Amino acid sequence: MTMEVAVLAMLLGVLLGLALAMVRMSGNRSVTWFAVGWIELARNTPALLQLFFFGFGLGAFGLHLSPFMIVLCGLSFNNAGYLAETFRGGFNAVPPTQLKAARSLGMTLGQSYIRIVIPQVLRVVYHPMTNQMVWSVLMSSLAMLVGYRELAGETQFLASKTYRIFEFFLVAAVIYYLMVKLILVGSRLLSWRLFRY
Amino acid sequence: MGSSSVFTGFQFSDLGFLAEAAGRTLLISALAISIGTFLGCIFGWILSVTRVVGDATLGVVLDVFRSVPLIIQLILFYNFFPIIGFDLNPFAAGTVVLVFYTSALVAAVVRGGISATPSATRRAARSLGMTYWQDLRYIVWPIGLRAVLPSWAGVALGVLKDSALVSVLGYVELLRASQILITRTQEPFLILIIVGAFYFALSFPISRLTARLERTWQYD
Amino acid sequence: MIEVKGVRKSFGDLEVLKGIDLVVEKGEVISVIGASGSGKSTMLYCVNALESIDSGHIIVDGVDVHSRDTNVNRLRTNIGMVFQQWNSFPHLTTLENVALAPRIVLGKSKQEALEIARKQLEHVGLVDKLDVYPSRMSGGQQQRLAIARALAMEPNYMLFDEVTSALDPELVGEVLDTLRLLSDEGMSMIVVTHEIGFARDVSDRVAYFHEGKIEELGPPSQVLDNPESQQTRKFLANVR
Repeated sequence: MTMEVAVLAMLLGVLLGLALAMVRMSGNRSVTWFAVGWIELARNTPALLQLFFFGFGLGAFGLHLSPFMIVLCGLSFNNAGYLAETFRGGFNAVPPTQLKAARSLGMTLGQSYIRIVIPQVLRVVYHPMTNQMVWSVLMSSLAMLVGYRELAGETQFLASKTYRIFEFFLVAAVIYYLMVKLILVGSRLLSWRLFRY
Repeated sequence: MGSSSVFTGFQFSDLGFLAEAAGRTLLISALAISIGTFLGCIFGWILSVTRVVGDATLGVVLDVFRSVPLIIQLILFYNFFPIIGFDLNPFAAGTVVLVFYTSALVAAVVRGGISATPSATRRAARSLGMTYWQDLRYIVWPIGLRAVLPSWAGVALGVLKDSALVSVLGYVELLRASQILITRTQEPFLILIIVGAFYFALSFPISRLTARLERTWQYD
Repeated sequence: MIEVKGVRKSFGDLEVLKGIDLVVEKGEVISVIGASGSGKSTMLYCVNALESIDSGHIIVDGVDVHSRDTNVNRLRTNIGMVFQQWNSFPHLTTLENVALAPRIVLGKSKQEALEIARKQLEHVGLVDKLDVYPSRMSGGQQQRLAIARALAMEPNYMLFDEVTSALDPELVGEVLDTLRLLSDEGMSMIVVTHEIGFARDVSDRVAYFHEGKIEELGPPSQVLDNPESQQTRKFLANVR
């Protein structure tokens, strides 16, 4: 369950983050402020506050999300804000002359992006994206505070039933640790296959 | 007023209550960041000097702080002391955990900063007759500082926001205060916005400042 | 034939091209010299439609480069370009760098594209580097790779934008030799360069750019050895 919500939030975060980064780089005033607002709010307030907002905050308008949706929305909102900046940095890191060189060979704008620019951006953002994935898993533990029974929530539930708080949370800590290590090892293996240059 | 007013609306004096809580958030963050940074510098230096041995011992321990959710660290630590017969108040427990959490993050940053100085530069410094400590003080420190300041600021801002988690232990900082007020006023939307604004006001200026510093340093 | 007629171009308030007229015949090699900022690189970018122009016309083999109806992507396959910063694609091997555009732009099969790439890399002397990534090669090798990449499109014209300026001195020779080879084979080229000696050896004509205009144009024996213009003389004295 922890993995499920963390992975889903990461996928949504990547899509939304890409969209935000594009909007922000487009220079279109009317939509840029929206993207900037999202990005700065996500980065400058606690993730837990963001979760509360999707929980109680929206509840004030009679919009009651299920605990799963609260966690998913909150984490996606947060991931998207951080990833948008990562992607923007990635696009800035590829020299504009690469695009010119591709165009000078007669490639269309679309071909130039897909074949030349994006593969290079991917390499720049790969490591920060791995870190964000780790964060996504760690942040999913906040779900216990809005009543969703993922790993931490389930632990709290069991602990309060049996009064053996320390033991249960110790087990949870070990599991989180292993999940994080698994992600890092997997990411390392994948990067060997992806980036041979 | 009778029994109907268990819940009272948001009052102006509540802003004072929130401001006081924001002060506690600031206090616990400042303690965690200053002590954590100090320890983190030492740990980072040890890691860079001892290499493999350090990685296998201190490195592994610090890595745990980075790989287990902070909220679980807090609950574990807070519940550990009653077992061995100590009672720890939420503030002390929260501060200790945040300090170690911060130091683990800072150690990684510092270690990167020390390796930011090319070994050829350090050899050049030593060839001029500088001692090891002079080399650290006059060469590695200024170069490393410049390299790591943005990531350090990122860590500091992260800790400021993560300090919200100390609320689970019952310490009344900004987030806990908001929950108390929400329960009383039943106006979650308004209060969450105000608390969000408090956090934003603490965090945003610093993040802007470091972004600007980073930009100016890139161009010279 | 490339015909540049009365081309003007401004960046904001700064007019960088103030009415350029130049004709490059088939098989001709024209060297363009001049101080930096005199507009010579900008003209190359305009010929390839990588920059727009404000007025005038550029016509390549009868096609108006800046007309709305022109397919710039097809046009660019007819004009190869090599840049000062070689711009090799870092995520592709040498062979893939050269084979990519023939496959996705010209629609060649993978086999054909690889065959073309191998042939062109042999042409510039890089057969032993086929599976190497550009980051493992010297600047001179990467620049020759960029030349092979442009040649693989089988263009009728080649544009060279200060291709040796960013190279270490000992690597300049191998790139100039490649240019010489192309000129011997009859390729039509416009070469923006600071290498006066090279310009004298290889060019059919030399153009001296000064503040957005062609100050002097003619065979190297005239422009480089007996310049008529005061400005040209001054520039050459400073370069030597």
